[in-house]
Amino acid sequence: MKSNDIILQTMTNVVLFIVLIFSIFIFFNGHHEPGGGFIGGLMTSSALVLLLLAYDLETVQRILPIDFKIVAAIGLLIAIGTGMGSFLFGEPFLSQTYDYYTFFVLGELELATALLFDIGVYLVVIGVTLTIIQTIGEDK
Amino acid sequence: MEIIMSILAGVLFMGGTYLVLSKNMIRIIIGTSIISHGAHVLLLTMAGLKTGAPPLLGLDASTYTDPLPQALILTAIVISFGVTSFFLVLGYRTYKVTGTDNTERMRGTDSYD
Amino acid sequence: MFTALHFAIIAPFIAAIFVPILYKLFSRIHTGWFVLTVPTILFLYFLQYLPITANKETVTAVFDWIPSLGIHFTAYIDGLGLLFALLITGIGILVVLYSIYYLSKERESLHTFYTFLLMFMGAMLGVVLSDNLIVLYMFWEITSLSSFLLISYWYEREKSIYGALKSMIITVMGGFSMLVGFVLLYTMTGTFSIQETIAASSDIVSHHLFLPAMLTILLGALTKSAQFPFHIWLPDAMEAPTPVSAYLHSATMVKAGIYLVARLSPVFAISGEWFWLIAGFGITTLFWGSFSAVRQTDLKGILAFSTVSQLGMILSMLGVGAAALHFDSLDLENNVFVGATTAALFHLINHATFKGSLFMMVGIVDHETGTRDIRKLGGLMTIMPITFTIAVIGSFSMAGLPPFNGFLSKEMFFTAMVEITKFQLFNVDTYGVMFPAIAWVASIFTFIYSMVLVFKTFNGKFKPEKLDVKPHEAPFGMLLSPIILVSLVIVFGFFPNILSYTVIEPAMASILPSLLQEGEQFYVDIYFWHDWTPALYMTIGVISVGLFLYLGMKKWVGIYRLFPDNVSFNTLYDQAIVKGERLSEKIISSHMTGFIKDYLLYIFSFITAALVFTLFHKGAFVVETQDLAPISIYEVILAVVLIASVLTVMFTKSRLKAIIGLGVVGYTIALFFVIFRAPDLALTQLIIETVSVALFLLCFYHLPQIAKSLETIRFQLGNFIISLAVGTTITLIGLTANSNRLFESISGFFIENSYNEAGGKNMVNVILVDFRGFDTMLEILVLGIAAFGIFTMIKLRLEGKEQL
Repeated sequence: MKSNDIILQTMTNVVLFIVLIFSIFIFFNGHHEPGGGFIGGLMTSSALVLLLLAYDLETVQRILPIDFKIVAAIGLLIAIGTGMGSFLFGEPFLSQTYDYYTFFVLGELELATALLFDIGVYLVVIGVTLTIIQTIGEDK
Repeated sequence: MEIIMSILAGVLFMGGTYLVLSKNMIRIIIGTSIISHGAHVLLLTMAGLKTGAPPLLGLDASTYTDPLPQALILTAIVISFGVTSFFLVLGYRTYKVTGTDNTERMRGTDSYD
Repeated sequence: MFTALHFAIIAPFIAAIFVPILYKLFSRIHTGWFVLTVPTILFLYFLQYLPITANKETVTAVFDWIPSLGIHFTAYIDGLGLLFALLITGIGILVVLYSIYYLSKERESLHTFYTFLLMFMGAMLGVVLSDNLIVLYMFWEITSLSSFLLISYWYEREKSIYGALKSMIITVMGGFSMLVGFVLLYTMTGTFSIQETIAASSDIVSHHLFLPAMLTILLGALTKSAQFPFHIWLPDAMEAPTPVSAYLHSATMVKAGIYLVARLSPVFAISGEWFWLIAGFGITTLFWGSFSAVRQTDLKGILAFSTVSQLGMILSMLGVGAAALHFDSLDLENNVFVGATTAALFHLINHATFKGSLFMMVGIVDHETGTRDIRKLGGLMTIMPITFTIAVIGSFSMAGLPPFNGFLSKEMFFTAMVEITKFQLFNVDTYGVMFPAIAWVASIFTFIYSMVLVFKTFNGKFKPEKLDVKPHEAPFGMLLSPIILVSLVIVFGFFPNILSYTVIEPAMASILPSLLQEGEQFYVDIYFWHDWTPALYMTIGVISVGLFLYLGMKKWVGIYRLFPDNVSFNTLYDQAIVKGERLSEKIISSHMTGFIKDYLLYIFSFITAALVFTLFHKGAFVVETQDLAPISIYEVILAVVLIASVLTVMFTKSRLKAIIGLGVVGYTIALFFVIFRAPDLALTQLIIETVSVALFLLCFYHLPQIAKSLETIRFQLGNFIISLAVGTTITLIGLTANSNRLFESISGFFIENSYNEAGGKNMVNVILVDFRGFDTMLEILVLGIAAFGIFTMIKLRLEGKEQL
């Protein structure tokens, strides 16, 4: 389907980035405030879905030449990898830990291994949603 | 409120079941989706409603609502999305291959070989 | 501890994994050569246990497998186990060697063959070397399974499939029954260990489960050892390649039943039922097997029935041997009943040697002439002299002719059968006379079919016109294994005592431990000349009557017509299968209609009935109206919207309206989440709903318009009632759950710990990624599977199956 809705396209160009940035914010914020891997991932994918609706599949694929199946697979690997990572420290599968670090400019920040796991979730959600939408959309 | 929500869960299950029992594939898929909505409402209700602040420690409240059912429901929502889309595509492909979306016509044959 | 002994048992399984790789890598070398190393090494390994068991010592190695259930992988080596282990690996070497020449590396898929064969070898070792009944059962079933796979090796032949299925059904049925028996034993003794069970055996004799346990276990043993009337699977199993028949269906697997009987003799043998069942089944099988063998025209058919008959003979000797337990004081050296057990073990070995060589001989004949039908064969004596010699030695030993080993064991068998008539217990003095009578008649038939086997094949007129190929002597490699076996036939015939000290005496101690006092041992001395005993007269009678009947065979074979083909256990089996299939098909098709609606109806009705019944039966249904959350006007409005949209979705005729209604339902619920303090849920629900609606619309965009008639939705009262019932049940459950708070929620733990332990303030997120991270991981796995499923469904096209 070739979409030619100028208003939608113009709006999308603006809104897309707002949504994307917001989704990343909400993802990182997830440990303390509402948000996290699922919500962040879904929001990112909804932004991309919006892009798909405004433009057509081919255009989107040109802009974002990403195989979302691989994104999902990488996400799964990260999630399992963080689980396995705790073996290195002699802990049971999926043990998480956290600590505080002081960064230049940013000040003291908390870093949790759970965040890594959440990145896995985030990627899986994006990968899965867009794989589904794309494959259906491509099918003629 | 819990009573109303229990009734709402019942209504959702009723609607979902009714749709699932129909012959049309799309209605069946919509039905499963509604049933999972019902399950979410039921889960939330069973834990007790409005028993405290949202489960965010940053709010410094004296009581919080039970976070566990919320975590369960969050998982369930995402899973039900995956399953619904799977069903949807299954139905869609079946329609393309068999040319019908009436489940009675898709019935397999009696022969086992 | 996982010891070398455990490793020896599972080594064949490990080797089996590498077989396909070796087959691919070294396609120019026959895979059999690699496989040959496995039984050879194992044989040598087990040989080193000989001095240990000969010293009447045993080796136990425990590896905890499922300790909570009392299931340990306990490897246990004693005389009996070692005898079988050596038999399995020893015959294994010869069979693999033979198979290298028998199976062509160009035409056959060798990797599957050797994988299954090694699997069988490991399983068989597991059966005879485990002390734990459950582990034994597991290996026992693997032998059935590998036997099934090997019989159906040439799976494109219909008869192979039939035979494989038959053997599987019968032996697995027996195996299940045996498992029941093991569990019954466990309830009596509280242990799965065989040795501990034996130690506790005197306490369980009078237990009311003693007899059921014995019967169920025996059913397993009898089916596996192809005893009458379960013998019917063995002749059909001959569809397997000949090395398999020689190995599984004559030398080892069918003897697993005998092993089990021998192994559990110390537990059960004291009872009269055991004596009658074992001896009775054995002697019946002996007669029926040899009687049926005479009418066969297929060489392998003769051998199959002969195996059945010989197994019966071994079993009957074990049964008679149990009589020895009923003497207060007995002379270990000269007691005939002890001698019966000796004879059983001795014949077990002998049978493996002569029957193994005969099977290989038949394989050679089949290989070189292209047929196994004795009506087409004849006069091969001069063409295949070595094969002929093998056949003569093997058959004469089988017939019980001196100076071969079969003569010795048959003499001992006759002695036991004659002596049992003088036994004073269990009414044997009344009915016992049938034992020597049947044994004698059966031996005559044994003599006849042994002669048929040799002389119909190698003597008489050569009929080249009936053969497809020009026969010639087999290559040396193929002859090697049977030559080794017949050499053993002769060696054991002249020097039987090399077996008695090394393997038979220790094995006797395992079967009849209660006869031995501290420090005592069995003395087995098998000698050739017995004096003019009744047994010798019986043998002379067998030879003369047998010779007479063999020469006049044409005159009396007509009696077999008295047993028409359609009245047999085979027909019974076939009918049972056909009828069973038809019955189950009928039962299934009566409710498995193929309509998804019917299945859902069953599910929903069952859920509703079960839940409502439990709810009221337990008196759990109470509605508490205190401590409820307050109701605000927004919530009422939302509730009304929700109900209205559900009803719209239910009864609308337009798909678009249904989808939009579904969206409204989702958004309303998201708003409810907001009201009920669940921000994460609200966010997720909102976005998911958006994406799902987009997805639904995307699918519909692609779906062509559906015919109007299908879209018409009629109100269906039946469905409505069911769904109303489901809805009501859910409401009741919701109300009940609210009113019965049986225990405190565990959420207090999360509230306290989510910041301290996991460093997060959003408890829901902490639960998801930390406390219940495993759930989440599996959840995204499910998501991934769904996505790949969808991808495959859309992208994968089965070629030519559909037109789009």
